[in-house]
Amino acid sequence: MSGNHPGLSNNFSRSGEKFSWSKDNLKSIKNIISKYPKGREQSAVMPLLYLAQEQNHNWISIECIETIAETLSMPKIRVTEVASFYSMYNTRPVGENLVQICRTSPCWLRGSNKITNTICKETKCEINDTSEDNKFTVVEVECLGACSNGPMIQINNDFFEDLDEDSTKKIINNIKEGKPNIIGSQKGRRSSENA
Amino acid sequence: MLNAKDKVFQNLHGFQEPFIEGALQRGSWSNTKEILSKNQNDIIELVKSSQLRGRGGAGFSTGLKWSFMPKDTGKQHYLVVNADESEPGTCKDREIIRNDPHTLVEGCLIASYAIQASKCYIYIRGEYHYEYVQLEKAIEEAYNRGYIGKNACGSGFDFDLYVHRGAGAYICGEETALLESLEGKKGQPRLKPPFPAGVGLYGMPTTINNVESIAVVPTILRRGPDWFKSIGAENNTGTKIFCISGNVNKPCTVEEEMGIPLKELVEKHCHGVEGGWDNLKAIVPGGSSTPMLPKNICESVLMNFDDLKANGSGLGTAGVIVVNQNNDIAEVIERFAHFYKHESCGQCTPCREGTGWMHRMMQRLVRGEISPEQIELLENVTKQVEGHTICALGDAAAWPIQGLIKNFKSELISKYNKKLKAS
Repeated sequence: MSGNHPGLSNNFSRSGEKFSWSKDNLKSIKNIISKYPKGREQSAVMPLLYLAQEQNHNWISIECIETIAETLSMPKIRVTEVASFYSMYNTRPVGENLVQICRTSPCWLRGSNKITNTICKETKCEINDTSEDNKFTVVEVECLGACSNGPMIQINNDFFEDLDEDSTKKIINNIKEGKPNIIGSQKGRRSSENA
Repeated sequence: MLNAKDKVFQNLHGFQEPFIEGALQRGSWSNTKEILSKNQNDIIELVKSSQLRGRGGAGFSTGLKWSFMPKDTGKQHYLVVNADESEPGTCKDREIIRNDPHTLVEGCLIASYAIQASKCYIYIRGEYHYEYVQLEKAIEEAYNRGYIGKNACGSGFDFDLYVHRGAGAYICGEETALLESLEGKKGQPRLKPPFPAGVGLYGMPTTINNVESIAVVPTILRRGPDWFKSIGAENNTGTKIFCISGNVNKPCTVEEEMGIPLKELVEKHCHGVEGGWDNLKAIVPGGSSTPMLPKNICESVLMNFDDLKANGSGLGTAGVIVVNQNNDIAEVIERFAHFYKHESCGQCTPCREGTGWMHRMMQRLVRGEISPEQIELLENVTKQVEGHTICALGDAAAWPIQGLIKNFKSELISKYNKKLKAS
């Protein structure tokens, strides 16, 4: 099934804390629902899952699902279904930096295996693991849609492209040391021009 | 080679300002009101006569698709733009959205006007977060300047444009799965008929188009269908964005003439195959779903719908994946099989189960553990999946494996014999 990353597809769990929307998010929710026709509020379930995930330290707990179901007057099972179908909703806690390594053929042909090895070594994580300091969760994912810039990875919202072992190591170390990273191509390309 | 002045996407690589100031300089929004003063049928006829074919993979005439929308129903019509670019090898819509988003926003307005849709949703894949932010900014600019919204461009046409983010499911690029997803459900494809033009989003008449198809429409209407038709060949007209990845010296995304020879695309724009042309093994010409082409066909095939079809493959999304001799071609396909297994929505049994079987057999094939009889069995399984599912994901999972067996069967058999000898 389309489903989650292999390692993130554990059953849903409770965080043990009540989940209620932040003030800002309550405002956003109003906006989001207004994008869809009256009576079709269920369309807002995906954006609301994103909001909940952001507010809930990057994962969806059962409490999040209950709150979303209440906000949209949907059965809980319908929200759960959506949350489990799409791979970008994390159904278990993840580290501060979710490192997703593209493993599909275009990236693999350009050495994604080496990138995976480097990341596992530098973060001291196996695939699907979270590091002990909770800084990193590492997963392998299917095509992220930046094939002319492979091999590439995504860390939280950001793409890092045109990687080799050295640049990958540097990115991870910068994160460890709290230093900023250059997003996008690591070989100085503006986008996907032939330079 | 395509003249610079004929490029639709002047800022494909983002060296200019992507937003409104740059867009105005590039000619976007220059006479939109005049375009919208045309009769809706006339716009559809113009797009039809340009012979624009959908850029999302199927290659169906865009104008003809629009003409299937019912007229004056009194119902809410919708345009839905498919920006769920997820086909391995494809990264073209991403460049349009982040570097030239106003071509898309203006295209949405014009296409929506033509099909009498006052509302349009752009469904963008969730991983494209940066692109989503860029697109939202362009839409805000268009609203602020009165280009879209009430009385768009002073035309009297009211138009609203929204962006909806996907969340990491390849299947949502299938048009009816996309509609399900937009309605807040699991992205599982619907049975057709009814077709979306009759019963689409929220049960209303809906047209679904790819980003590139929509984003070229303003330029076609500005420069005329005859200009568009003057590029490429009959029924394979216009410019096309190609994404080249894999074993080339300089992987890139480039807008070229439809029908550019594949070899020229690789040699000129990507500075050749890694290790030279003679080191070429095979090329997947149109995204992971299209069967690969062996080297002898790559020598002369043209990158358009009809020539690729005649050579046993397809243009698909024009995601060109180049594989050289240094890599195991079987593993390239095994990774595709893994992809389809992961992305099957689980609705139809042949696909849900078949993609798993095919992937497991492909794993063994990579290890040289499949005998000639079992290769035939594998091929048989692909035939059991192909054509037996609601959507084309099952076909897409089957074709790359069929392409592998068709072109490299003797190599797969010798792999088995070698392993047998070694043990």
